[in-house]
Amino acid sequence: MMTEIDLADIKRITELIKTRYNYDFTNYALSSFKRRVSRILELNKLSVDRLIQKLENPEFLEYFLNEITVNVTEMFRDPSFWRALREKILPQIMVNHKKIRIWHAGCSSGEEVISMSIMLREMEIEEDVQIIATDLDTNILKRAKEGRLPLKNMELNERNYVRYQGTGKLSDYYTPQKDIAIMDPTLLDNVSFRQHDLVRGEVFNKFDLVLCRNVMIYFNQHLQNEVLNKLHESLFKYGYLAIGSKESLIWCDIAGKFLVVNNEEKVYRKIKE
Amino acid sequence: MSPGSSHSTRYKAIVIGGSAGSFQGIVKILSALPDSFPIPIIMCLHRLKHVRNGFVEALSLKSVPEIIEPYDKQPIKKGKVYLAPANYHLSVELGNYFSLSTEEMVNNSRPAIDLTFHSSSYVFRDKMIGILLSGANRDGGLGMKSVKDKGGLTIVQDPAECMIDTMPKAAIDLAEIDHIYSIDNIISFLLKLNNIKYES
Ligand SMILES: C[S@@+](CC[C@H](N)C(=O)[O-])C[C@H]1O[C@@H](n2cnc3c(N)ncnc32)[C@H](O)[C@@H]1O
Repeated sequence: MMTEIDLADIKRITELIKTRYNYDFTNYALSSFKRRVSRILELNKLSVDRLIQKLENPEFLEYFLNEITVNVTEMFRDPSFWRALREKILPQIMVNHKKIRIWHAGCSSGEEVISMSIMLREMEIEEDVQIIATDLDTNILKRAKEGRLPLKNMELNERNYVRYQGTGKLSDYYTPQKDIAIMDPTLLDNVSFRQHDLVRGEVFNKFDLVLCRNVMIYFNQHLQNEVLNKLHESLFKYGYLAIGSKESLIWCDIAGKFLVVNNEEKVYRKIKE
Repeated sequence: MSPGSSHSTRYKAIVIGGSAGSFQGIVKILSALPDSFPIPIIMCLHRLKHVRNGFVEALSLKSVPEIIEPYDKQPIKKGKVYLAPANYHLSVELGNYFSLSTEEMVNNSRPAIDLTFHSSSYVFRDKMIGILLSGANRDGGLGMKSVKDKGGLTIVQDPAECMIDTMPKAAIDLAEIDHIYSIDNIISFLLKLNNIKYES
């Protein structure tokens, strides 16, 4: 099994990264963070001391950030969530707005963003929507921007798309090339990708809909509270927040400023500034 | 080890892993437990990855205690039975609450039993019981070893009784298991922790 890492060593690692690079992993959920560090040690056959030495090198830090974050994602993950977006949430936003602004916070390799673009295209409202997609991990953002997905994942993506009841065929949106699915590049026309750290980063804009799904599960509750405050500030009043299907706002300070719109799919609406 | 009421205060969690062929056994165990069993029960069972609903309902049909698929950061309480949700790994955190994660599959599984055993043994140490039931892969074997290494009590379902014995055998290979029990004996053992007599 994985090598067990001392809490003291975890602390040495997070302190170094914080002081030298201004990324703060202190309040990440311990169980998964420890597993990620063990994984890096094992993949590279490093001791903790050696890892700490290597972290002095900014290039290694890039690699470290890429490995420490969990990038596993799917297109149309939780198809019923996407149906709720299409049938209830977006139509509701459209009532009051000509232009819609959407933020994918923690977009990983872009599957969620591409799903959104496909949905908007099928709803014929693509032109009215502007999408910002951000992640901490610059490596994964680069992949997201390229709009290239592993072909081996397309079977699962296709299954999700079918359960979402898309109006077309998923294969119409990509060209297979060797082991890659090259997504129709126009799907990303209304999307701008940028690096952004939910922990240390500033609130940078206001949105009608924020998706932050399966990102805060890697934080402890203290940090979840802090980040939720930022997400709240990033929403227009009456804007919507979507979190992962197994996340909940009920333990958070800010719960009272949101209304539960769809409890099954975890969609909330900001009702108080 | 002699059973008695001190056990319910001694143990902070019972963690159960199971896969192919464990469903009937789990149902039998859950239907024999009282409504408010004094120790939290945490179950990590292999299940269909993309079917979010239905499994809890199926297990609940005969279960006396309520079964909960915990949310991320949900506190662990006694009297409750928890089940790892579809497509998420389930970990226990210091401070007695759960974390969920979408990390890569482990042993081709998400949720992975090894991961739940490993994180809970880190938190509960000698105050937990690990139980591994029937299953077709080796997931859970290494996890049982970490339970044992941390001083926890380990029980596997008797391979002779298992529909598929790969999983319990993996645990027996990897760790010195405390008890090898049939489902009925597992039930009696659990009920003794709660001082109740079980008649099968
Ligand atoms: C499991 S993925 C979620 C992808 C997608 N939203 C989904 O639900 O499938 C989590 C993402 O959160 C990102 N992340 C982790 N910490 C972050 C932070 N402090 N700021 C921004 N993104 C972060 C990771 O890099 C990773 O790509």
